[in-house]
Amino acid sequence: METMTAPLELQTVYQRPNALEDTYTNYCPGCTHGVAHRLLAEAIDELGLRDRTILVAPVGCAVFAYEYFDLDGCEAAHGRAPAMATGVKRALPDRIVVTYQGDGDLASIGAGEILHAAGRGEKISVVFVNNAIYGMTGGQMAPTSLPGQKTSSSPKGRDVAMTGNPMRMSELLAQMEGSAYVARRSLHDPANIRKAKKAILTALKVQEAGLGFSMVELLSSCPTNWKLTPSEALKWIETNMLPIYPLGDYKVADAVRDL
Amino acid sequence: MARELLKGNVAIAEAALRAGVEAYFGYPITPQTELLEHLALRMPELGRVFLQAESEIAAINMVYGSACTGTRTMTSSSGPGISLMQEGMSYIAGSEVPAVIVDVMRGGPGLGNILPSQGDYFQVTRSAGHGDYHPIVLAPASVQEAIDFTMLAFDLAEKYRHLVIVAADGMIGQMMEPAELPPMRPLPTKRPDWALTGADERPKRVISSIYMSAEAAERFNLKVQARLKEIRRNEQRSTEYETDDARLLVVGYGSAGRIAHSAVVAAREKGLKVGLFRPQTLYPFPEASLSKIISRIQGCLVVEMNAGQMIEDVQLVAAGQVPVRFYGRMGGVVPVPEEVLAAIEQAYDSMSELSLAAPA
Amino acid sequence: MQEEFVCAGFGGQGVLFAGQALAYAAMDAGRSVTWIPSYGPEMRGGTAYCVTVISDQIIGSPVVRQPSAALIFNIPSFDKFEPLVAPGGILAYNTSLISQTSQRIDITQVPVPATDLATMLGDARMTNMVLLGAMLTAHPILPLQAVEDALRDHLLAKRPERLENNRLALAQGAEFVRQMQAEAV
Repeated sequence: METMTAPLELQTVYQRPNALEDTYTNYCPGCTHGVAHRLLAEAIDELGLRDRTILVAPVGCAVFAYEYFDLDGCEAAHGRAPAMATGVKRALPDRIVVTYQGDGDLASIGAGEILHAAGRGEKISVVFVNNAIYGMTGGQMAPTSLPGQKTSSSPKGRDVAMTGNPMRMSELLAQMEGSAYVARRSLHDPANIRKAKKAILTALKVQEAGLGFSMVELLSSCPTNWKLTPSEALKWIETNMLPIYPLGDYKVADAVRDL
Repeated sequence: MARELLKGNVAIAEAALRAGVEAYFGYPITPQTELLEHLALRMPELGRVFLQAESEIAAINMVYGSACTGTRTMTSSSGPGISLMQEGMSYIAGSEVPAVIVDVMRGGPGLGNILPSQGDYFQVTRSAGHGDYHPIVLAPASVQEAIDFTMLAFDLAEKYRHLVIVAADGMIGQMMEPAELPPMRPLPTKRPDWALTGADERPKRVISSIYMSAEAAERFNLKVQARLKEIRRNEQRSTEYETDDARLLVVGYGSAGRIAHSAVVAAREKGLKVGLFRPQTLYPFPEASLSKIISRIQGCLVVEMNAGQMIEDVQLVAAGQVPVRFYGRMGGVVPVPEEVLAAIEQAYDSMSELSLAAPA
Repeated sequence: MQEEFVCAGFGGQGVLFAGQALAYAAMDAGRSVTWIPSYGPEMRGGTAYCVTVISDQIIGSPVVRQPSAALIFNIPSFDKFEPLVAPGGILAYNTSLISQTSQRIDITQVPVPATDLATMLGDARMTNMVLLGAMLTAHPILPLQAVEDALRDHLLAKRPERLENNRLALAQGAEFVRQMQAEAV
């Protein structure tokens, strides 16, 4: 066995992206919001967009996202991030405008705003974090909660006869003419995380090229409200969420393929 | 610029354009729709932003977003839409970004009807969204004032980084009257130093209405209150007619104010010592000028196109010094000068009885 | 002195246009003026109407309960406004489409076959100007020339080819009233 020798020059192989602040977050241990933040920040860095990106934060666990990104940012009312982003983008069409929204924000109270932003082909990019539950308010049922899923507001499990089936937002928004790129990825293992990063890069490139609305849905974990350990939570995504929310590209406009 | 016969809604839209509005977001609702339609035509001609939103909720949040970029921005609506916008209005106030909203009031509550009303007085002066603040509220009584106040609204919004509401009504919006438009103002060439533009060679900027700790939220509230105090000191506006020797003061704003003016003219022809006080700002309420007049009159008659809302502000100023009576019509009924005159005569008579009965 | 004109008829009969022509003429003559339409659902129902107020003083209300003058183009409008004309006021109405008559003796009545006269001129759309010409001849608060100038300078500034027909229609209405007055004498 050879003895390890120190390299002559240390190489940095991993560091905080410039688009992220050097700060603590309010996210729970094991939550994948941190991964999602990092992927978005890396993508912004790699495309050199930091100095012209404006982030619109949601209401939900990511309510303080503007504190974690080193970007100009603003804070929308619950569900209204796509409308607020529309105002920013229309006022400054040459900037990159990103909303970061959870499932309660995007699929419940903000269903109207996201649908119409996509319908208009609004040239914004949406990072949609789907963890099938309301996190910030303490684990209530979301429109994306799974059939039978126990939450604090569906204590006996989601009864689809009473509260409907999970809403598949990527499939829905892909139907909009204005959507240029809509994809669903998952953050439950490294291979899928790498694919998620590529999708976010594509979404930003779509916006840069002015091709239309772009969204990447990220299946995420909520160990705290799912009442699982972080590793169990990742497994739960794979076992329970993937069958309901198949991964894949739901809309890739022809022009996007040429990017 | 020559006087033209202009429809109120179109005049407001054109005035906004000349004030340099760069982005308009709105949703159609009668009786303000011509305002939106005029900007749909004119904004693209000038290379500016016009977008018909999917709802008033979206419209106000689009305004919020574009205001965050330091863009001169506005929306317009009527009662039902203004109700939906209250959430966004509160966020705008909580974020200290300037924005202008035009409310062309109609009969309510509920869907009500599309006829002229002043039923939104409380809504715009008191409860324009949750939290502790008031927007600045301007009340035009003619097409010319609608133009002038729209221009002023943008100035005040930017001066105070505050929400300004132009509270017109269906009558002002729908009528045509000769008026003069101001020349086109140049657009701002520089964005303000708080605007979101991308953190390019400067530290990042954040616009938010969150103040998590009680102390921070109170500090922000104190700042808002200090600004409102300054607004109350600087921005009270009103007009008076024949108040010098008046014994009875009629108080009315907007359409009710101009109708009351005709009634006061008729009362003077009958020899009654009646004057008119017409608030042009509803917030700040012109209490300084009103208070001076109240000290030398014997009674007040408030005239509104609602069940009596501004009367509370008049009563606060009168503070029991003189009786305050009310005449109002609701639900879209526009009072004619003759019926206001009858109310004046009645108030005048009862006032004389009072003063006769008063001890020497 | 204040005059309140209501112009009422079917949508498409040019009633809003006639009221505006009057408003522009009065504005150019230096008078105070307001014009307000009926708006909303009513526009799609029976009658469309507008009120033009002309005054030497500041105008308080552009809305009136009892107009001093009415130009009435169809039956529903006649039924609605004939009883509302202020005592001492004037009612000009289009007998081509309105068969009823008014029993009121406290107002001046000017019955004019306006649509027939306009059709004789070759353009039934000129009904509004025929009746306006008749009204301003029976009740000369503004010279016809002022209306012609207002059309030229404002409403038809971009469609000068329509001026001549409008001018002829105004004259036709005026001529009808002059003959009626001559016969009465």
